Amino acid sequence: MYKFFPHTEEDLQEMLKAVGVKSVHDLFADVPEAALFKKDYELPESLSEIDLRLFFEQLTEPAYAQQLVCFAGAGCYDHYAPSVVQNLIQRSEFLTSYTPYQAEISQGTLHYIFEYQSMIAELTGMDIANASMYDGATATAEAAMMAWGNAKKATRVLVSETVDPKVRRVVETYAHFHGFPIKLVPAADGAIDRNALDKELAEGGVAGLIVQQPNYYGIVEDYTGIADALHDQKGIFVVNANPSDLAILKTPAEWGADVAVGEGQSLGIPMTFGGPGVGYMACVEKLMRKLPGRIVGQTLDNRGQRAFVLTLQAREQHIRRQKATSNICSNQSLMALYVTIYLSLMGKEGLREVAEMSYAGAHSLRDKLIATGKFKDTFPGQPFFNEFCVDYEGDLEALLDECTANGYLAGVQVGEKTLMLAVTEQRSTEEIDELVEIIQQFKEEEAKA
Amino acid sequence: MNRTLYGNLIFELSKKGRKGYSLPQDYDRTHTTAELPEALRRKEAARLPECDELTVVRHYTNLSHNNFGVNDGFYPLGSCTMKYNPVINEEIAGLKAFAGLHPLQPAETCQGALEVYYNLQESLAELAGLSEFTLNPCAGAHGELTGLMVIRAYHESRGDVRTKVLIPDSAHGTNPASAAVCGLEVVEVKSNANGTVDLEDLERLVQLEGPNIAAMMMTNPNTLGIFEPNVLEITEMVHKAGGLMYYDGANLNALLGECRPGDMGFDVMHINLHKTFSTPHGGGGPGSGPVGVRKGLEQFLPMPRVVQVPAEKEGEESFKVDWGTSVDGERGKEIAVGSFFGNFGVMLKAYAYILSLGREHVKEVGPLAVLNANYIKECLKDDYLLPIGGLCKHEVVFDGLVDKSTGVTTMDVAKRLLDYGYHAPTIYFPLLFHESLMIEPTENESKETLDSFIDVMHRIAQEAKTDPELVKTAPHDTPIGRVDDVLAAKQPITTYWKTLDK
Repeated sequence: MYKFFPHTEEDLQEMLKAVGVKSVHDLFADVPEAALFKKDYELPESLSEIDLRLFFEQLTEPAYAQQLVCFAGAGCYDHYAPSVVQNLIQRSEFLTSYTPYQAEISQGTLHYIFEYQSMIAELTGMDIANASMYDGATATAEAAMMAWGNAKKATRVLVSETVDPKVRRVVETYAHFHGFPIKLVPAADGAIDRNALDKELAEGGVAGLIVQQPNYYGIVEDYTGIADALHDQKGIFVVNANPSDLAILKTPAEWGADVAVGEGQSLGIPMTFGGPGVGYMACVEKLMRKLPGRIVGQTLDNRGQRAFVLTLQAREQHIRRQKATSNICSNQSLMALYVTIYLSLMGKEGLREVAEMSYAGAHSLRDKLIATGKFKDTFPGQPFFNEFCVDYEGDLEALLDECTANGYLAGVQVGEKTLMLAVTEQRSTEEIDELVEIIQQFKEEEAKA
Repeated sequence: MNRTLYGNLIFELSKKGRKGYSLPQDYDRTHTTAELPEALRRKEAARLPECDELTVVRHYTNLSHNNFGVNDGFYPLGSCTMKYNPVINEEIAGLKAFAGLHPLQPAETCQGALEVYYNLQESLAELAGLSEFTLNPCAGAHGELTGLMVIRAYHESRGDVRTKVLIPDSAHGTNPASAAVCGLEVVEVKSNANGTVDLEDLERLVQLEGPNIAAMMMTNPNTLGIFEPNVLEITEMVHKAGGLMYYDGANLNALLGECRPGDMGFDVMHINLHKTFSTPHGGGGPGSGPVGVRKGLEQFLPMPRVVQVPAEKEGEESFKVDWGTSVDGERGKEIAVGSFFGNFGVMLKAYAYILSLGREHVKEVGPLAVLNANYIKECLKDDYLLPIGGLCKHEVVFDGLVDKSTGVTTMDVAKRLLDYGYHAPTIYFPLLFHESLMIEPTENESKETLDSFIDVMHRIAQEAKTDPELVKTAPHDTPIGRVDDVLAAKQPITTYWKTLDK
């Protein structure tokens, strides 16, 4: 007997008799002999709950999982979330349910997805959002496919070089196999090169353009005029936007985007070594039927009550098979719930406060790093939000090792000399000052000796 | 589950000025976002709700009461493997030391996480009979797509252009959809009267498409819950034509302990950790869809990869992340399907589950799941039409009620089950039958639970004869009644803001 298996010997005998076989192995009599696995798996022996707990506790000791003060971003941010969020998403009615096909006993899930869609639509300014995607990278790849599928006579999809390279290579992968070319629009001074873009647009045949805001380097780019130029040739404008910053920043809709995508991890989701986060995807009404993924809509039940239900399913794989808008089935529903509860608590003011604090912290840290005399702005004069790049005069790897040794993750190295740092509302003035102090005190020669 | 509807939207509970958070106020305010040029700022604040903490707690608690999960009752949703989600796994995945790890922090500071990651890759390879796994894909369909990319990359590396993929007509919708996203053309293989692959049709297609065949995708046991008796012949046939065999791991639970896809000749597969390895479905994710390959295909797996760094002394090996060479965004030979390494939080739960069961109990999973399904099949085939007899595996598919004269459909039976406190089985899939009713009990359900369910299914069959209206108008005892799907699709209202326009 094992704790997850309720079958007593008596149960087994009665059930086997009802089925008309002698042993459970007889249930596999239709499997060809050569396909049967008759050995023991080479796996550890069963652990009791006490031992299991101990096992994972050992793996989380500081030597194996060092808790660094995090100034790294690059697509994963250390934001705060109220305790309520994690507690509520652990409710088993949410946690242990599945896709809400049976609307009558799934109103909880359908209801929060409707709220989630509303919040994403509001943050991005778009008309309609889907029920979530795996992550920001795949959402961006889906947007590229959407642009390609929408185009009549296009020859390529453009991607700005200032889009996160990790996202870019997912887009490149999807495009390669789906069968359409990606053209990289180079960057100038940390932002999309408008001359290069103009040339591409003048050539024609552009199915769409993908940009990121703030871009990979943390710079808030000015995308004025791009949407109109794209729309002139029926191209689609895709803006990958950090939803947390949208409390302050111009919305994808205000930039004239047709599709908004991004990674929702910045909305308070713990970093958890990179996942689970949640991808979001929203679009203008005219592209509604081309949007991938689940969509929840409002309707009435036969008792006249407002109810929610999966809708526009004719786009989806379980109905359309190879003609579906995408192959996506499960998404990141529970993380969409996470974001919904987070945004309900933070609300209109809280998200702005988070943005202000992160902005203030990042700008203060940048000033202090420049003041050490050891750094220069990588992109002088470019506006940034809560993430920025600086060039270090010395051996950057040695400096980062020193910071790690002192319990600080000082950022992400994005070039030989270039360090990218992110600040969230969780970083106190003391932590910022201590990081600067460690850097100030660091003497390469001593480290080498 | 609460049988009355909780209907408020969070936006309807909002009142200007209320707050549900507290943040430190003593920060350096030298810089504010007002510094940003106006052209870069949004014109109006986002209309997010303004609620106090208790209002938010009650709202989502009340919403949860209108939901049904595995912890509420029997959830025989076919093809979804709604097994018990052990609570200890949630505790482990919630450990703060894991939650606080940044994916780009130095490998020497996160060996614990990398070790779990690596060991899970290895455990899955052992359970599947394959060489190596990537854990990067976030769901089953994402795994299918990744696996097909691996297959295409393999053919490309040999300069072999192959564009077709064979898929049985009984396959999950994600198979053809994944193939299409991957730029492959779907060639449908017919099923025979037994519901399994029609070998003659396959032979014909292999002759016809031979050098164009990139792969064949198979689910085994198939979506009817039937083991493909000719699986060895099928893999041989496709291999001879130069194609690879893809195993859709959606139904792997049936085979744990009894057979391994690698031993059946499959080259590439995905596993749904949220099915076979007990991680919660979360209302539709986050899942995890690791992809495994046989020896010789490892180099086509996506980046980044978690790899072992050999050491001089055994037991002192360490682990690191290999980001590949194409991190500059130019796609080299490498595939990337996500920014980082997938849903690590989900992997922790799956690994905890494997360690809990251990080698001695993992092998009991398949046989018990299969016993439960066959027991239901034998006990219900008097009232429900069993289109294909013989042994089933982890799930059984009926074609509606035996007595069709009452007009009571599979939909009606499913809805009536909700009144009795059960989740409905999967309905109208597979598409091979008009009234498909697909029941998957999993190994966690007791004989008592199955007997009660069987009893209720018989009672519904009886009701269909004596009071068909009662069944046709079900459910009666749920928070809402049947919904108007047509209204929802005709003029879609998909945000709260749309309701204000009216």
